[in-house]
Amino acid sequence: MRGYLVGKVVQAFLTLLFVLVFNFFLFRVMPGDPAALLLRGSSAYNPQNVAQVRHELGLDQPLPQQFVTYLKDTATFKFGDSFFMQGRPVSTTIRERIWPTILLVGTSTIASIAIGLLIGIYAGWRRNTRFDYGWLGVTLVLYACPEFYLGILVLMAFGAGVGPFPALFPIGGYSTPGAGLSGFSYWIDVLNHLVMPWFTLTFAYLGEYTLIMRSSLIDVLGDEFVMTARAKGVRENDILWRHVVPNALLPTWTLTMLSLGFIFGGAITIELVFSYPGVGWLTVQAITAKDYPLMQALFLLFSGAVIIANLVADITYMYLDPRVRAA
Amino acid sequence: MSLLSVRDLHVIYHTQAGPVPAVRGVDLDIAKGEVLGLAGESGCGKTTVINAILRLLPEKTKVEGTVLLNGEDVLAMKPGKLRAVRWTQASVIFQGAMHALNPVRRIGDQIVEAITIHGQAGEKEALVRAGALIEQVGLPPWRLRDYPHELSGGQRQRVMIAMSLACSPNLVIADEPTTALDVMVQAQVLKLLKDLQRELGLAMLFITHDLSVLVEVSDRLAIMYAGKVVEDGPSVPVFTEPAHPYTRALAGAFPQIGDRTFRMAPSGLPGDPPYPGDVPPGCSFHPRCPLAFEDCPKIDPDLFPAGDQRRAACLLVNRPEMARVEP
Amino acid sequence: MRPGLERVGTSAAVGEEPTAPPPPTDPRRIAWARRRRAFSRVAKTYRKNKMGMWGLCLLIFFVLVAIFAPLIASKAGLDPTCTCTGKAYQSPSLQFPFGTDDLGRSVFTLTVWGSRISLIVGLIATLISMVIGSLLGIAAGYYGGWLEAVLMRITDWFLVLPWLALAIVLAALLGPSLIVIIFVIGITSWPSTARIVRAQVLSVKTRSYVERARGLGATNWHLISRHVLPNVGPLILANTVLTVAGAILSETTLSFLGLGDPLSISWGTILEFAFGGGAAVAGDWWWLLPPGICIILVVLAFMMCGFALDDILNPKLRER
Repeated sequence: MRGYLVGKVVQAFLTLLFVLVFNFFLFRVMPGDPAALLLRGSSAYNPQNVAQVRHELGLDQPLPQQFVTYLKDTATFKFGDSFFMQGRPVSTTIRERIWPTILLVGTSTIASIAIGLLIGIYAGWRRNTRFDYGWLGVTLVLYACPEFYLGILVLMAFGAGVGPFPALFPIGGYSTPGAGLSGFSYWIDVLNHLVMPWFTLTFAYLGEYTLIMRSSLIDVLGDEFVMTARAKGVRENDILWRHVVPNALLPTWTLTMLSLGFIFGGAITIELVFSYPGVGWLTVQAITAKDYPLMQALFLLFSGAVIIANLVADITYMYLDPRVRAA
Repeated sequence: MSLLSVRDLHVIYHTQAGPVPAVRGVDLDIAKGEVLGLAGESGCGKTTVINAILRLLPEKTKVEGTVLLNGEDVLAMKPGKLRAVRWTQASVIFQGAMHALNPVRRIGDQIVEAITIHGQAGEKEALVRAGALIEQVGLPPWRLRDYPHELSGGQRQRVMIAMSLACSPNLVIADEPTTALDVMVQAQVLKLLKDLQRELGLAMLFITHDLSVLVEVSDRLAIMYAGKVVEDGPSVPVFTEPAHPYTRALAGAFPQIGDRTFRMAPSGLPGDPPYPGDVPPGCSFHPRCPLAFEDCPKIDPDLFPAGDQRRAACLLVNRPEMARVEP
Repeated sequence: MRPGLERVGTSAAVGEEPTAPPPPTDPRRIAWARRRRAFSRVAKTYRKNKMGMWGLCLLIFFVLVAIFAPLIASKAGLDPTCTCTGKAYQSPSLQFPFGTDDLGRSVFTLTVWGSRISLIVGLIATLISMVIGSLLGIAAGYYGGWLEAVLMRITDWFLVLPWLALAIVLAALLGPSLIVIIFVIGITSWPSTARIVRAQVLSVKTRSYVERARGLGATNWHLISRHVLPNVGPLILANTVLTVAGAILSETTLSFLGLGDPLSISWGTILEFAFGGGAAVAGDWWWLLPPGICIILVVLAFMMCGFALDDILNPKLRER
C-alpha cells in the first residue's frame, strides 16, 4: 500500500515538473518579443525602453538562467506583473478571480459526477429499456453540443427570454452590481446568478460520466460473481448495490478523474458566455490582450488543478480496490 | 422419492441471430445422497441445464418443462420463494473460481452473506459458522479476512465449496469444479468433495467433460450430446460397457496407463459437436458416428432401456444386428 | 478526445478463416480476396445497424452540402458589400430563410458555406492526430521496453494537461490562422488514440500466429504490416470516426474564443460573431440556432457512425 501511495505521489510530482518545464518553454520559444508586445501601442515604444523592459523581465539572460529564475519565482508564487491589468501582480489578479470559479466548478463537478454516475448505473442495470435508450439519446445529443453552445441556448431561453421561454435569471455576472446586499440576501443573489452557468456546466459533462459508468456496469454484469450472488439468493437490489456497483466503480473512477481536465476547460467558455468573473473568463481576457505572464500562470493553475485532482482520485481509489492496497 | 426431478426440460436462448435451443428435452433424477455425473463436450448444454435448475439464465431465455426440487416446481415459483430456495435447498459450485468470488469483498463477508440473507443466523453466529466451514475444507480460519486475490486457484475453489455448504443444502451442483486447476490440485479438490459428500450425505450433480473423473465420484452417469441425454445408468457399467457410440468414444478418448492397445489405436472422434442452432436431422450424433446406418439420419431415437437401470438413445439398442464390425 | 468515447478493445484476429475452394494459388490474391470478403461482411452488418445508417445519411447530407455549397447559396452572399444583402438583424423571412446577421448577410448562406471549413478542419486535424497516435501506439506496443515506457509516460502527461488551456495558449501564441488551428487540434488529440492503439497492438503481439511467423524468420516490418496493422486497422478506423467528432467540436470552441482565422467562415466563427454582437442577450435566435444545430447534427452523425463501426469491429462488445 505504501508503495502504491509513494508511486502515485512521485508520478504526480514528475508530471508537475513536466508541466513546469513545458510551461516555461512554451512561452519562451514562441514567436514575438514579449517586451515589444508590452509596449506596443504606447507612446513609450522605442528601442531603449524595449531593451529596458527586456532587462526587467530577465529576457536578456541566457535560457538556463531564465529557467532557474522561473522555477524560483514559481515556487514563491511570483508570476510577474500582468500586462493588461496595468502592471498589477498576476498573483493578485488570479486571487481576486479564483473564488467564483471554485464555487462554480466545484459544485458543478460534484453534481455532474453524482448525477451522471447514478444515471449510468440505472441505464446499465436496465439495459436496452426505454429508460436506457432515452438517456443514451439525451447523452449523445449533449455530448455533440459544444458546452458553450448549451450555455448560449440556456442564456437565450431563460436569461433573455426568447419565444415561449420566460426570462427567469440574470444574464450574467456573479452578483447584482451596486445592489448593496449583504448576508442571506446577498447569497441568494449570488445563487440566482449561479443557476444558469451551474446548470450548463453540470449537464454539459453529465453525459460522459453516464457513458463511462454504464459501460463499466455492463462489463461487470458479465462477471461470474454476479451469477454466484444470484444463486446464493441475494435480492436483485442488493446484487446491484453491494456486488456490481463497487466493482463497476473502479475503472469508472479513474476514467472520471481523467475527464476532470475537460470541466476546467469548459469553465473557460461558460464563464465567457455568462460573463461570470472567474479565472476562466480571465483566461479569455488574457488571450485577447496577449498577456503572457497571466496566461502562463493560468496555464500552470489549470494543469496543477488537474494533477492534484488526479492524485486525489488515485489515493481514494486505494480505498475502493483492495487489490491495490495489497500491492 | 427423488430430491431433484427434471422432466422434459427445454431451454431456448434468445440471441441476435435468432432463438437457439440449447437443451432439447432432458430428464434427470437424483435421489437423496446420490451423486449423478453429467458429462459431455463443450456446448452440449450441461451448464445450461444446471443454470436452468435454479433459474439463473438470462431474462429473455425460454425455459419449459418441470424441475421438481423436494417436490416443488422451481420453474413455477414466485421470486420470493425462489430466492429462499436458492442455496438452502440447492447450491452451486461454479467453475472458474477465478471470478466467481467478488474481488472487492472479503471471503468471510461473502460466506456470511449466504447465511444471513436466509435468516439462518445473526452476523456473529454466521461468522463462527463460516470459520467452521472454512476449516472443514482444509483452510485456516484466519483466511476469512482475506480477499479472493490473496488466495491460489485451489484455495479459492475450496472457499467456493465451503460457501456452497453454508446453508446446509441437500443438493450441491458442481459445475466443472476442477477444470481450471492443476492436476495435483485437481486430485486434492476431488478428494475433498468426495469426503464431504460422504460425511454430509449430500446429493450431488457433478458436471465435467472429464469422464474418468466422473466415474470416480458418481454413482450414476448421464451423458449429454447436442442438448439431450443420450445415455444414463450406473457409472461403472456405463463407463466400461457403453451402450451408446458417443459414450464409447468419450470413454475411449481417455488413455489408460499401461493399456498398450490404446496406444496403438487411439480413438478420438472426427469432427466437432454441432452448433446448438444447427443440429443434424434424425439422430444428432449420426454424422460423427462410426456405427451409423441408413435409419440414423431419419429417426431421432428416444432413450431406450439398455440394461439394468440403463438407457441409451441409439437405434442399435433395439437393432444390434445393424452394428457393423468396427475396424 | 474525451474519455467515455473510448472503448479499449481486445479483438479477435481478423484473418483466420478457411478460403473457399478452389483457391487461387497466389498468396497475395488469397489475402485480397479475404479482405474483400471481410469488407463486404462488415458492410452488410453495418447496413443492419440503424444508428449507423442514420449517422451515415446525415453525414452524406452535410458532405454534399459542403461540396455543392456554391450551387445552394451564392458565394457573393458572404460579402457584406454585396447588393444581395438585406437589413441587419432581420428575423427569418421568405427572402432570407434564416434571417440576417449584423452586416445584413443571409445567415442561410453563412451556414451553408460554414460547413466547408468546419468539416475540412475536422478531417485534416483528425488525420494528423491519427497518424501520430497510430505510429506512436504501434511503436510503443510492438517494440515494448524502454521505448514503450517513455512514449506512454509522455502520452500520460499530455492527457493530464487540460486540453482547452493548452490549445488556447498554443493558438494564442502562434497567431490566428486555419493552419494553426488544425495543428493545435492535431497535436492535442493524439494521446487517446495512441493509448488505444497500443493496447490493441499488445493483445495482437502475443497471439500465437505472430510468434509462429517470427519463428519462421519474419522481419519486424513484415510482422507489423501483415499482422499487426490488419488487426489494429479496424479499431483505428472506428476510433478515427469518433475523433473527427471531437475535432469538429474543438474547432468550434477555438473559433468561438476568437482563435480562428477571422477571415474564414466556419460555424464556430459565425457563433463567435453572433455572440460577440450580443445576439444571445438580444434574442436573435435565427442567427444562433442554425450554425449550432448543424454542429450538433454533424458531430452526432460522426458519433453514430463511429459507435456503429465500433460495435461491429470490436468483438468484445459484440458478445453482449
